[in-house]
Amino acid sequence: MINSKLIIYIIRFFFLALAQVLVFNNINFLGFINPMVYILFFYWYPVKENKAILLIISFLLGITIDLFSDTMAIHTVACITIAYMRSGIMRFCFGINYDFQNFKLSTTTILQQITFLALLILFHHLIFFFLEIFSFSNLLLILKKVFIIGFASLLLCLLIKSLFSTQKK
Amino acid sequence: MQQIINFLLKNKNGLLYVFLLIIALGFTVQSNSYHQSKLFNSTNWFSGNIYQTSANISNYFTLEDENKTLLEENKRLRHLLFNKSLIPKDSIVIDTTLPYKVISANILKNSYLLSKNYPTINAGEKQGVAQDMGVITSNGILGIIEHTSSNFAIIQSILNTKSTINAKLKNSNYFGSLIWNTKDFNTVQLTDIPRLVKLKIGDTVVTGAMSSIFPENIPIGTIKDYKLNPSDNSYHINISLFQDMSNVKNVYIIKNKNKQEINELEKSIE
Repeated sequence: MINSKLIIYIIRFFFLALAQVLVFNNINFLGFINPMVYILFFYWYPVKENKAILLIISFLLGITIDLFSDTMAIHTVACITIAYMRSGIMRFCFGINYDFQNFKLSTTTILQQITFLALLILFHHLIFFFLEIFSFSNLLLILKKVFIIGFASLLLCLLIKSLFSTQKK
Repeated sequence: MQQIINFLLKNKNGLLYVFLLIIALGFTVQSNSYHQSKLFNSTNWFSGNIYQTSANISNYFTLEDENKTLLEENKRLRHLLFNKSLIPKDSIVIDTTLPYKVISANILKNSYLLSKNYPTINAGEKQGVAQDMGVITSNGILGIIEHTSSNFAIIQSILNTKSTINAKLKNSNYFGSLIWNTKDFNTVQLTDIPRLVKLKIGDTVVTGAMSSIFPENIPIGTIKDYKLNPSDNSYHINISLFQDMSNVKNVYIIKNKNKQEINELEKSIE
């Protein structure tokens, strides 16, 4: 049981990394919109899991993406930061439910799930584009990129999420 | 001692986060001086080969356009070739060893949306590519080789805030430096053109003779608009590039055999 789950996580890791660097980094919709779908990894990652392991995995995921996109280690910084903030964001989104032992993502409402995903994307993009452009004089450009690309990322993440949804009704 | 250990155990996630953050920021800062980052770029064996596989597949979809571009270029070259015999030749052949050698390569990963763009190509040291060689396309210039591995190389694109390339106006021979203000990937800027020069929108800009990287007179683009910078009496010119930077597939690397000699000569003066 644990092994099959582990394999799913490993496949998911490589699937998301390859999808990001080979497909989504080349979309260039309207000239600059390249959605980042690998943030879904942090959404799908189990809730009650060792935080240290999540940090190390997110470091590896970030570095894999950086290796391909020649973005120094910006993806890595953004990744480990949202991995570190993840539990805080979850507590904010799901409230008291999060502290229960049998808490599952699938038991929450759609709105809560979207808020969770949107907050992950927002923080990731803020850190990523701030480090990429790295100047206060271009603050408007940073904010424009964060919100427009963030919206595109959210849209595509939701589509992929519903495509690979495991819950059957 | 007990308290220190307790403190470490209690904050182990926070400490791990800070540790990883320092590593990542260290990579970032170190990669800013691009020469030092041997490992951390897409010329390495792992990502290079995955990009090669991906390019092999996706190249099939653009074959038709590529053929058209090559045909156009062949047409132009043949035109030159056929007319060459009509041009009277000098009686003495001055130079039999031509200084420039051309290596062809394909783009594996194009990049034009960031503020520092580094496309990757599939030719490296084995093909004779080395740092600081010029890279051109059939329509214009692309950049300068920044870093090589045995089979791949990274180009510092002209769409890079660190790039400055010597360029001149074709009709008046005044030269300036070509930079990029990160705003639009098909527009670059030419600075340091003095005020007394007469400019016209649509004038052609070509590479200058000041650098040993590019041969002279490779087309770059045309003047889109210009304005006078009052502080230093020079023009600030926007140039629209001939080459659509979002659609580059085949490139040529220019190897200047005299470059080493020129560099040594320049060094001896300093």
